Amino acid sequence: MRKTCLDVVHELARKDKRVFYIGSDLGIGTLQKFKEEIPERFFMEGISEANMIGMAAGLAMEGKIPYVNTIATFLTRRCFEQVVVDLGLHNLSVRLLGNGGGLVYAPLGPTHEAIEDIAIMRAIPHMTVIVPADADEMRRAMLQSLDHQGPIYIRIAKGGDPIVSRQDIPFKIGKALKMHEGSDALVITTGVTLANGLEAASQLEQEGLKVCVLHAPTVKPLDQESILRLAAEVGVIVTIEEHSIVGGLGSAVAETLSEANFPTVKRFKRIGIPDVFADKYGSQASLMRGFGITTENLVATIKDLSRPGSSPGKLIEQVLVKDVPSPSGGRVREGGVTWEA
Amino acid sequence: MPMDKAKIIKLDHRSKYLRRRIIQTLDATRRGHVGAALSLIEILRVLYDDILRYDPKNSRWPQRDRCILSKGHGCLALYVVLQDKGFFSEKELWKFCEPDGILGGHPEVKVPGVEASTGSLGHGLPIGIGLALNAKYEGAHHRVFVILGDGECNEGSVWEAALCAGKHKLSNLTVLIDYNQYQSYGPTSEVLNLEPFAAKWKAFGFTVREVNGHDVDELRAALRALPLELDKPTAIICHTLKGKGMKSTEGNLKWHHKSGIKDEEIRQLFEEVEVY
Repeated sequence: MRKTCLDVVHELARKDKRVFYIGSDLGIGTLQKFKEEIPERFFMEGISEANMIGMAAGLAMEGKIPYVNTIATFLTRRCFEQVVVDLGLHNLSVRLLGNGGGLVYAPLGPTHEAIEDIAIMRAIPHMTVIVPADADEMRRAMLQSLDHQGPIYIRIAKGGDPIVSRQDIPFKIGKALKMHEGSDALVITTGVTLANGLEAASQLEQEGLKVCVLHAPTVKPLDQESILRLAAEVGVIVTIEEHSIVGGLGSAVAETLSEANFPTVKRFKRIGIPDVFADKYGSQASLMRGFGITTENLVATIKDLSRPGSSPGKLIEQVLVKDVPSPSGGRVREGGVTWEA
Repeated sequence: MPMDKAKIIKLDHRSKYLRRRIIQTLDATRRGHVGAALSLIEILRVLYDDILRYDPKNSRWPQRDRCILSKGHGCLALYVVLQDKGFFSEKELWKFCEPDGILGGHPEVKVPGVEASTGSLGHGLPIGIGLALNAKYEGAHHRVFVILGDGECNEGSVWEAALCAGKHKLSNLTVLIDYNQYQSYGPTSEVLNLEPFAAKWKAFGFTVREVNGHDVDELRAALRALPLELDKPTAIICHTLKGKGMKSTEGNLKWHHKSGIKDEEIRQLFEEVEVY
C-alpha cells in the first residue's frame, strides 16, 4: 500500500507541476526515481515535522500541492498544532501521508502506534480523512487527492494487505461504499477492517444472517446519508476499526446515529482499541487479536446483538466505567451496563 | 547596551503619528498587546514605506513581496500600517476585536495585506520557507520577510526552520527579529536566555546584521542592502524597546497585554507620545 501510494505521488508529479514531495528522514532510497527525475520538487527535510508542515503550507499558499510523508504518529501527534493552524485554518491543499496507521508498528511500541490519528485529524475543520482498505483503493484515493480542495490526511496500512476493495464499486472521496448486501445487520468498516467485515458477512450468511457491509474509506466527511439510509433498515449496527474507540469511525457513526433519533431501537457496538495504550509488542495481527479487532469477534458481536432476547430490557446493574491495572501490567477497561437477559 | 541605544532614539513625526493611531484603536476597543506593537512600529514602517513591493488595491498581486508577522500579537502595529497604506478602511480600525470587524487580536488572512494567520508562535518562519522555496522554484523575483519576536525564538520550530533555511541557502528570505528583550513573564535573559543570539543565527547558516530597531535610517540601510550574501538567508536582529514611545508603556510588562484600558490612561498615552 505504501509503495502504491508513493508510486502515485511520482505519477502525479510527472503530469502535474504543482505536485511537490516532502519527506522527513525516511528509509534510504525512498522515491529515488522521483528524486532523480524531478529533484527540484523533491524535499527530504529531516526530523523536523513542525517545519515540514509550515513549509508545505507556504508552498500550498502559492498554489502547489505538497505530499508530506512520514510516520503517522509524528505527522499527527508531534506537529498537531501546525496541522491545525497552518493547514486547517488556512484550508490549504496539503496531503499528509501517515505511514503505519493503527497497530502496524506493534514491535516498536506505543510511541509508534497511531491509535488516535483519525480522531485528532477528524476534529480539525476543513480536514478530510481517508483510510484505504488496500493498495488498489489507495491508488484510487490518491488519484482523486490531486484536485480535492483542502487538506487531506491519508492513512497508510502495513502493506501486502489482501485486496478486498472493488474496481466496479466507484471510489469517491466522501462516499461510503456498499460492499455486501444484507438486511439483518449493518457493519461499517474503514481501512483494513473491510476484510473483517466481508469475512464476517460471508460466515454469517451461512448461518442465515444477512449482513450489509458499508465501507467508509472516507471517515471525514462521513457519508452520513448512506449510513442513515442503511441503518434505518436494520436493528443491529457494528463498527470495526484499527483505531481507538474514542473519536474514530465508531464515534463518528455513533454521533450520526444518536442524532437520527430512530423510532425503533438500534443495537450498536464499536469494535476497536479500548481507551488504552498497547502494553504488549508482537505483531499488528497479534495486537488486533488482543483488542478483539477480528472477524471472530465481529461475528460474535453481531450474533450477540441479533439474539431475539438481547434487546435492552430491564437495567440490572450499572458500574462506573474505569481503567484498572491488567495482570500483564497495563490497564484494561472495566464496568458498564448490564441488562436483564 | 543595545537597549539603551534603542531608548535614546527620538521619534519623528511619522513614528509618533503611527503610535497615535494605535492609541486611537485602543481607545475604541480598550484592549490589546500594546508593548509588543510599539517595539515593532519602525520595523514595519520602514518595510512598508521603503522596502516592500505591494499593491493595496490588489493585495494578492503575484509579484508582491511576502511579509509575515509571525509574532502575531504585535498586530496593532501591522493594522495601523496596512490601513495607512490603504489596504482597508479606517473604520475597520475602530472595530478591532469587535464581532463585525475583520481585525482580531491576532492577524488572519481575511485581512487584506496579511499573508498568514498567526498568533500561535513559531509558525511564520516555516511558512516563509515554503514561500521562499516556491519563489526560487518559479524563478520569481519577489522576496519573503518574516518578523519574529524574541520570546517567539523560544519555540523549537523556529530553529527547525532556521536549519532548513540555511540548508536551502534562501537568500530571498529575510528574518527580522524584534529583540525588545522582554517576553510576557519577564526579561528574555531570565525566562529563557537567547544569547549569544547573533552567533546562533550565524551558526544556523544565516548572514546576520544587528541594527537599532527604532532607527529608521539604520533599518532602511540594512534592508536596502539585501541580500547581504548571495547564498544565505539574512537575519536582522532589531534591538528595540518594548512599549517604545510612551513613558508609561516603555519596559512596563503590565502593557504587554492590557484590557479594560481606562479613559485616563488613553489621555495619558496621547500626552506621552507627544512629548517623547
